[in-house]
Amino acid sequence: MSTLFTNARLIDPEAGTDAPGAVLVQNGRIAAIETNAADPARLLRAHKVKPEDATEVDCGGKCLAPGIVDIGVKVCEPGERHKESYKSAGLAAAAGGVTTIVTRPDTTPAIDSPETLEFVTRRAQADTPVNVLPMAALTKGREGREMTEIGFLMDAGAVAFSDCDHVAGNTKVFQRALTYARSCGALVIAHPQEPVLSAGAAATSGKFAALYGLPAVSPMAERMGLDRDIALLEMTGARYHADQITTARALPALERAKTNGLDITAGTSIHHLTLNELDVAGYRSFFKVKPPLRSEDDRLAVVEAVRTGLIDIISSMHTPQDEESKRLPFEEAAAGAVALETLLPAALRLYHAELLDLPTLFRAMSLNPAKRLGLDSGRLAEGAPADLVLFDPDVPFVLDRFKLRSKSQNTPFDTQRMQGRVEATYVAGEPVYRRD
Amino acid sequence: MSFEHRHLLGIEPLKPHEIAAILDLADEYVALNRRPEKHSDVLAGLTQINMFFENSTRTQASFELAGKRLGADVMNMAMQASSIKKGETLIDTAMTLNAMHPDLLVVRHPHSGAVDLLAQKVNCAVLNAGDGKHEHPTQALLDALTIRRSKGRLHRLNIAICGDIAHSRVARSNLILLGKMENRIRLIGPPTLVPGQFAEFGAEIYDDMREGLKDVDVVMMLRLQKERMDGGFIPSEREYYHRYGLDADKLAQAKPDAIVMHPGPMNRGVEIDGTLADDINRSVIQEQVEMGVAVRMAAMDLLARNLRAERQAKAG
Repeated sequence: MSTLFTNARLIDPEAGTDAPGAVLVQNGRIAAIETNAADPARLLRAHKVKPEDATEVDCGGKCLAPGIVDIGVKVCEPGERHKESYKSAGLAAAAGGVTTIVTRPDTTPAIDSPETLEFVTRRAQADTPVNVLPMAALTKGREGREMTEIGFLMDAGAVAFSDCDHVAGNTKVFQRALTYARSCGALVIAHPQEPVLSAGAAATSGKFAALYGLPAVSPMAERMGLDRDIALLEMTGARYHADQITTARALPALERAKTNGLDITAGTSIHHLTLNELDVAGYRSFFKVKPPLRSEDDRLAVVEAVRTGLIDIISSMHTPQDEESKRLPFEEAAAGAVALETLLPAALRLYHAELLDLPTLFRAMSLNPAKRLGLDSGRLAEGAPADLVLFDPDVPFVLDRFKLRSKSQNTPFDTQRMQGRVEATYVAGEPVYRRD
Repeated sequence: MSFEHRHLLGIEPLKPHEIAAILDLADEYVALNRRPEKHSDVLAGLTQINMFFENSTRTQASFELAGKRLGADVMNMAMQASSIKKGETLIDTAMTLNAMHPDLLVVRHPHSGAVDLLAQKVNCAVLNAGDGKHEHPTQALLDALTIRRSKGRLHRLNIAICGDIAHSRVARSNLILLGKMENRIRLIGPPTLVPGQFAEFGAEIYDDMREGLKDVDVVMMLRLQKERMDGGFIPSEREYYHRYGLDADKLAQAKPDAIVMHPGPMNRGVEIDGTLADDINRSVIQEQVEMGVAVRMAAMDLLARNLRAERQAKAG
């Protein structure tokens, strides 16, 4: 079983290169890569593959990159399967070039015991064409009172522990959970936010929120939350990832923590990279996310932090919500947006705006998340799993939310012009999506 | 006269000449309201529904009277006691009402933006009677009419808005309206109730009331909600009155002919001295109530004209 991808534009986030070449895939793994390959068939000869045993995929000069590893995807099983199931999430991921989804435990009930974790793992394996790695809650019911069975949950396959958007108000409990997690070598993913200051907020405080009369939170609440977590890391030495850094003011603290050698990484969401608070105009609840969209200055600072690598990871923060949860006055409407299918087209806006190049985007979407979770995917390298996305970065289209594969269609990009889309997605060398 | 809006959801979308058009028409309705026979039939045959998702006596009565004086069939629905309690969503309520073919829908809701949302789902004219902390356009219009009649103009005035700006839709709508008409606006209050962001709208912010009132033409007081007085935003009622309550002494800083306004209901002895509120030489609080009916008649008249024109265009 061999596949030869020819005539491709190879995006290698590890080497930071964007160059024409060919890739040979054998037995689900990348067997060989040749850049500037004038004679791709040479790869076959070098690996003693008969031409008739190999399928050739002519990429037509389009981009071939390591598949996206998306940390923080919400699939609504158990509890709200009408919003998103493993089946629909898997189809959406495949269509979006996402080859590994790392699922959130903020379901109903929360995924906080080995039994629930085994249930979702079974559901995921049965229904999903892409890789699914589950996270588990850090505390029972995500309530911030008692820690979960971190050891058993790791044995059952949990790759990280998070209470998602529930910030532990009780610092002592959080400190103990971090200490215990460290002894297991577990990665803790937290939502840096001062919980009291940000309670009830629907917008970021500023001129816009003042004009619209929305309950707002100062962007400073994020830095305060991050500062506390960094202090706890100094105390405990835990492995820590901040799910979303979205403000300029939090960046110096993050930089200092990294310089001081703490085991800390940070992510941000595609929405905070591509939208700002003004997009909410007219109380459009599809633009309500958590934390709320920020100012344009913050957005640009966060994009720059992704470029320099201070912010390591871009996530979709895929959060399906049904129409009923969104068709409410802005304050009452549920937060969150679906983004598995729009992650790459939205990220390409940053490429077309000449803010980030393609290797940098895939470093943040594929390489870094895989590294942080200890996976060998996310790379365009010999021996790595052949989880690949083939995309055309230039083709324009208008997004129609009713064509999304997610069961929920709450995307802020509806009717917007996008540029660039996925042509095909491969998991372990096998096609899981092809654009018709 | 040009007023090209389907709804009156806020002051923000209005142009200065449209604001003037409403006020001009309202002037005519003030005259009508002062006649012994105060009735017109411009809204005859139209149905007006007042939906109040939040308690209101004064605004609801004003809208009801305005509709009745213009000959509309008026119905009041006290929404806080009805279907919302049964779990019906705002959209469903709107669709249900829409099926009854109302022509004018007057809505008050505790959440910012809720009236905009509702207006998207119905095919009649919607008037915002106050949405959360967002806008209360008819209050700003009646305040503008009161100022214009009292001062003879609605531009180049120094106007102070005092008190709980942060939680006030009245303050927002007034700030926008008076700004559009090119007045200088000062916001006065403790910083917990006057967020600095309002400076970005071109207002000057004062936390010293005496300084802020210096040489103003108009003093607009705002109501301080009881629930803000418990130490969360200000230390106590009496300290607030001492620092920000309007009395003759503080008012002496303003121009000698400055007028005093209040949207009501007043907390005498909290934000305003009782004697001052009753002083007919300074206080225009009763006029505000009178202008309220006239402005609402004007707004509903204009929206009904557009609605009829739209329906005629569709039919023909």
